[in-house]
Amino acid sequence: MNKKEMEIFAQKIRVATIECIASRGFGHVGGSLSISDLLAVLYGEVMNVSPEKKDDPNRDKLVCSKGHAGPAIYATLALKGFFPYEKLFTLNQPGTTLPSHCDKNKTEGVDMTTGSLGQGTSLAVGLALADKLSNRNAKTYLIVGDGEQDEGQVWEAASFTAAKNITNLIWIIDWNKKQLDGYNKDILDPQNLEEKFKSFGFDAITVNGHNVEEIYNALTNLKKNKPRAIILDTVKGHGLKEVEETFSNHSMTVGKEVWDKWIKILKDELTSMGGAM
Amino acid sequence: MSIIYDGNKDEVQFKSAISETIKNLLDNDKTVVYLDSDLSSCIGCNKLINEYDRAINCGIAEANMAGIAGGLSSGGMKPIIHTFGPFASRRCYDQIFLSGGYAGNSITIIGTDPGVTAAFNGGTHMPFEDTGLYRLIPGAIICDVTDIAMLKCLMTKSINHKGIKYFRVPRKDSYKVYSNDTDFEFGKGKIIKELGTDGLIIASGIMVYEAMKAAEELANKNFKVTVIDPVTIKPLDEELIKQYALKCKKIIVAENHNKIGGLVSAVKELLCGQNVKVSHVAVEDKFGEVGPQNYLQEQFGLTSKEIVSKMISL
Repeated sequence: MNKKEMEIFAQKIRVATIECIASRGFGHVGGSLSISDLLAVLYGEVMNVSPEKKDDPNRDKLVCSKGHAGPAIYATLALKGFFPYEKLFTLNQPGTTLPSHCDKNKTEGVDMTTGSLGQGTSLAVGLALADKLSNRNAKTYLIVGDGEQDEGQVWEAASFTAAKNITNLIWIIDWNKKQLDGYNKDILDPQNLEEKFKSFGFDAITVNGHNVEEIYNALTNLKKNKPRAIILDTVKGHGLKEVEETFSNHSMTVGKEVWDKWIKILKDELTSMGGAM
Repeated sequence: MSIIYDGNKDEVQFKSAISETIKNLLDNDKTVVYLDSDLSSCIGCNKLINEYDRAINCGIAEANMAGIAGGLSSGGMKPIIHTFGPFASRRCYDQIFLSGGYAGNSITIIGTDPGVTAAFNGGTHMPFEDTGLYRLIPGAIICDVTDIAMLKCLMTKSINHKGIKYFRVPRKDSYKVYSNDTDFEFGKGKIIKELGTDGLIIASGIMVYEAMKAAEELANKNFKVTVIDPVTIKPLDEELIKQYALKCKKIIVAENHNKIGGLVSAVKELLCGQNVKVSHVAVEDKFGEVGPQNYLQEQFGLTSKEIVSKMISL
């Protein structure tokens, strides 16, 4: 995909994410929208993954440790053809295969079960280590929330990644500045994430998490012989001004007319970009 | 199987058998990965870390180690993790529960120094609750290891068995109960002494030796009992235990664990509502403490003498 195509893909992910959450009437809007551009770059261009390759051990894997961003992952997978688009409308319905938090045993295309924050980091290390020990030429991409940095396990996993030089694992931190109760800085200030990762021995960089070109360059240009960490400077709820400006936008419940309005805004934007669902 | 119990110890200590078994598994299956959290020297596995790229010291970070094991399993590997019992249960419980069990990953967990065998490391290192915690993980297998024959057989089998498999194993001596060629199965208990049906002793781990001594002492008083080793506390051999419980009527359950949550609870849950009397020899809801193992066994009542006394008064 070129830059324009990735931007359109990102917008389609936003539309599908909101349609998915709207079908249930409530869900994790903010943290799903903040990783839409990243997912477009990963699944649109960078990752070696497709429905046809789902059983290929040599393909790349994604661990979304901030498992509550499930709707964004499902939107991306549906758009990539892992399952029919209509399945997005079963989110959190009884018996669904699309639970609010990612589950590899339920959803086609999901590579890891996550949801208890922090745990996806070690799981991703294990996945990458399995590829390394098996001499498989595959990468694992790990998405971690910024609020999730509160968890000690994140730093155990980061320490291991650096100490054992796990270079086929790419850490991506969604620095959207907020967690459930409010701003990171008011709850448990994560300080300078880039410097933290550098101090652990990572090649780390901070980029605009809503600029697909910057994300792509970061994913492809960091040193290959060192553990890599990319801090994505993002906005929680990106793409919907009303959501961005809502203080408590981690999980949102709004009426049908609001969901419809948001979907229209996103679709109009998609049309203006020259794209279509 | 043959029961060769005569009160003598195994030729080697548990820790040697653990390291030998892990080495064999690493040699025979290129997907086996052994992880430790800075306690590899305690089971003689430190040399493996240098010999195999699939033997990795994770440092003192048990939660991370358990999570990595889950990821390795998802990546097609067969992880074995080791640390002391409290750190293999309490310290990384949520990781074993979610990143392991819930996520459908398979991990063999070796928790050494169960209960009073932690001895001089004291209360902080003395798990009386590990079995209880693991029992609450759906589908988990729990083995309170009796001797080296059992350890080698079931650890080897566990590698190709899906799910969470927890072995609580002392590091030092064991009393030999089974011949080296004995075959064990998860969920299949063994009758290890059958003198009569005056009473039934169900004992696991280090309490098997105490139960065998108690059976002899009771026989001297013309009270003839049967002794069952459940082999796995979960799954429990419900059929065997129920069959003998209904025959014997008086039952003592003995384990090196809190009376809450472990083998005692499992047996009492099974026999609830049956026309039998069940009592226990186990830790009475107390924290651990420091001291020699024989002192601690006396202190917590984990002795053959206690089994005899409770059986007679039942």
